[in-house]
Amino acid sequence: MIIDTTEVQTINSFSTSGFFKEVYGLIWIIPILTLILEITIGVLVIVWLEREISAAIQQRIGPEYAGPLGILQAIADGTKLLLKEDLLPSRGDIRLFSVGPSIAVISVLLSYLVIPFGYRLVLADLGIGVFLWIAISSIAPIGLLMSGYGSNNKYSFSGGLRAAAQSISYEIPLTLCVLSISLRLEIGRNDQVLPYDSDLDSSTVDIVEAQSKYGFWGWNLWRQPIGFLVFLISSLAECERLPFDLPEAEEELVAGYQTEYSGIKYALFYLASYLNLLVSSLFVTVLYLGGWNFSIPYIPIPELFRINQMAGIFGMTIDIFITLAKAYLFLFISITTRWTLPRMRIDQLLNLGWKFLLPISLGNLLLTTSSQLVSL
Amino acid sequence: MSEFAPIFIYLGFSLLVSLILVGLPFLFFANSSTYPEKLSAYECGFDPFGDARSRFDIRFYLVSILFIIFDLEVTFFFPWAISLNKIDLFGFWSMMAFLLILTIGFLYEWKRGALDWE
Repeated sequence: MIIDTTEVQTINSFSTSGFFKEVYGLIWIIPILTLILEITIGVLVIVWLEREISAAIQQRIGPEYAGPLGILQAIADGTKLLLKEDLLPSRGDIRLFSVGPSIAVISVLLSYLVIPFGYRLVLADLGIGVFLWIAISSIAPIGLLMSGYGSNNKYSFSGGLRAAAQSISYEIPLTLCVLSISLRLEIGRNDQVLPYDSDLDSSTVDIVEAQSKYGFWGWNLWRQPIGFLVFLISSLAECERLPFDLPEAEEELVAGYQTEYSGIKYALFYLASYLNLLVSSLFVTVLYLGGWNFSIPYIPIPELFRINQMAGIFGMTIDIFITLAKAYLFLFISITTRWTLPRMRIDQLLNLGWKFLLPISLGNLLLTTSSQLVSL
Repeated sequence: MSEFAPIFIYLGFSLLVSLILVGLPFLFFANSSTYPEKLSAYECGFDPFGDARSRFDIRFYLVSILFIIFDLEVTFFFPWAISLNKIDLFGFWSMMAFLLILTIGFLYEWKRGALDWE
């Protein structure tokens, strides 16, 4: 079970010897392993979901031979890729070629640090939570460029450049939307000092807490509708999913920067793509849909609260379940969008990012700021 | 400092996971059967025409430079946005002056076509 962070801190405060301090650091292995297990299962579920939903949209049956209902299909694919021969292109840069996929995966994996699954179920409750995600997700284009260049293939190089350009172009509207949410003014009526320190407000836990007041109507979705749409489009573009699929366009670039990859490195790109999708859906949940809050207002909340406070583990389970349910709603929307809309060209894509989403998200930020200041 | 311990341990774990996955094929290396056609670059079945290290479009470079500028702008926005209640209207207008300068630059590059064709 995930360890309560306050309990860990009390353990730390009781430590007097240096040995105990080292042990304290290692206690984090248990929550980290739990998170990695959750992520792995999440990716397997997404792969299965994608194949089933795409099959349903295309009116055919999805995987059905690997395990009941085809659930083990993702594991079967992964095992197959593990046993494939690992080719290194003849005149490519071997080190860049090998390291590229790892960088893409690592930067996406690190984003899971700041996602809260419950009030204290977050690996790193930093005051700069979402800023950390934005900063780390900017590392991914480096991996793409390395893969494209190290493949010694004109098409890979071109694909890598386009993928990196797409990634960085949509970072800025994404960041501006996130900024509009963490803009919070807590003004005491008589200039009193607030009970908690509201200085560092990019913390994901605080963002979810701020949406907890009116149930369904307290979501950031209603406070920031434009920001929500821009965030949705930008995060789909960051994950390189259709309709922003150009780096993998089979007709134009073979497989873009993934052309020369085989075996487990190809699986790493595949994994990075689905991990990115999962973390984007979780961030949509946390930032716009109220995170772990049980969002039906005016339901007998006192009864639920009593359950939540008495059986802490039951409350935590409900929180995790609600977060995951909302995230999977977004996954469903992303997957359906992928199999419904046609692909955009590179110039349409970059036009959308720079000339449309950037001014709109800037305008959204200014609108949010002025409305906050007017209520001063 | 205790807040950052999980970050370092997690970073170590992800490094371990990805590098193990990348190093795993070396266990099966004994059975590899490579020949020049398999290792050469893929070009729809033909031998590759020319070198892959050719010139590339300057517009990618432009996009990266513009990204740097706007990313730094957004980085400056972060502390301002968070502390807006303490710096009241004066802080707001100071940031608006900064934003105005950058917006003029953005409009200039838009009109000059740096954002076109790609």
